[in-house]
Amino acid sequence: MAQETLTHDHDTQHDVDHQGENWNGGNEPFKASYGKLMMWYFLLSDAFTFAGLLIAYGTLRFSSPSWPVPDFVFQAFPGVAAHGLPLIFVTVMTFILIVSSVTMVRAVQEGHRYNKRGVVVWMFATIIGGAMFLGCQALEWYTLIVKEHMTLSYNPFGTHTESGTYLEGDGHGINAGDTFVAGDSYLIHMHDGEYHNLKYKTADGETKTQAFGPKAFGQLFFAITGFHGFHVLSGVVFLLIVMVNVMSGLYHDRGNHYEMVEKIGLYWHFVDLVWVFVFLVFYLL
Amino acid sequence: MGLSYEEGKKAAYKGFILLLIVTLLEVGIALVGNGHIIDGFHLSKLIMYPAMIILSLYKAYFIVQEFMHMKYEAKGLAMTVILPTLLLVWAVIAFLSEGNFWKVKRAAVDDNAEMIQPAQQDDGKQESYIPEPSEFRVK
Repeated sequence: MAQETLTHDHDTQHDVDHQGENWNGGNEPFKASYGKLMMWYFLLSDAFTFAGLLIAYGTLRFSSPSWPVPDFVFQAFPGVAAHGLPLIFVTVMTFILIVSSVTMVRAVQEGHRYNKRGVVVWMFATIIGGAMFLGCQALEWYTLIVKEHMTLSYNPFGTHTESGTYLEGDGHGINAGDTFVAGDSYLIHMHDGEYHNLKYKTADGETKTQAFGPKAFGQLFFAITGFHGFHVLSGVVFLLIVMVNVMSGLYHDRGNHYEMVEKIGLYWHFVDLVWVFVFLVFYLL
Repeated sequence: MGLSYEEGKKAAYKGFILLLIVTLLEVGIALVGNGHIIDGFHLSKLIMYPAMIILSLYKAYFIVQEFMHMKYEAKGLAMTVILPTLLLVWAVIAFLSEGNFWKVKRAAVDDNAEMIQPAQQDDGKQESYIPEPSEFRVK
């Protein structure tokens, strides 16, 4: 009996050893290291987070009778013009992010051939790109919050739902007597700390005042671009840490073709990938 | 890595040009379509939106395949990452149609609010009125 059990155990052990090479370590599923695989799955989960936020934007936009027009809202180029340059500033931001993605690709390539100096140079260029993007985003937020007074509770970007004639001017290009049609956008300016909603006369002769736009627009804008900006910021911090480690020779000694640079590169490209969709949803559509 | 160093280097710069052109194309469609470039010329949203969405999806595909090297990974890895995102197709359709439903519902409620004016009582106070659920039905 004892003998039998022993033999049986031995057989089982043998089977496990034989079939179970995938389970006993030493094997890499999907020919990827643990770190790289988990980075991919983290990015997948992060993609769902961003998708949730962008789908919330779509749902609220579909549920709203009117929605601010992006080429009217985003027509300022901080430091150049307060209006009249629709989407140009955000195109520059997109360009910066694309460039920083390409410099990251170059850093990974230099890592593959163990060129430490090359990795540091290209990673530094990537960090500069990330910092420039964050600077641009700060200017964009500054314009919206300080100059145009968009807050979480008030969205001064409205859309006319009927035609009419203004009864007063706002000192920013609109004069009394100017006409507008349904679908035209407007920005409610602030005077002495208070929003100055203009009075207008409809075609029926009724007197009305400009309504605020849907406040979900501002909330979603700050939440989604803020969350993306937070990803860029953490990306810049991680890139700095990895760059310092590259300089110290840590990854060179590991002999795995600078895989840490490749992993942080995946994260950095993902930030660019998310921006493709934030750019589409907020600025293009 | 399926590419040699020189090939990879070339691919990176080619990718840069490609992403730049596609982005400029998107912004171009937005600006021309909204009448900012040619006076009085507008494009239908039915042309603009699908074009911009397809170009963005192409950019996303390119970034994942080339820059993130998904092309050179094992097929199983690519599938476990890409297939779950197909669930988002359902999510987009379901949530956008739900959003549209809210808009229709809201319009119906607004219309009813105008229709149902609480009757004035003799003492000037308004009679409290609780609408029946059927009165909120979409017209």
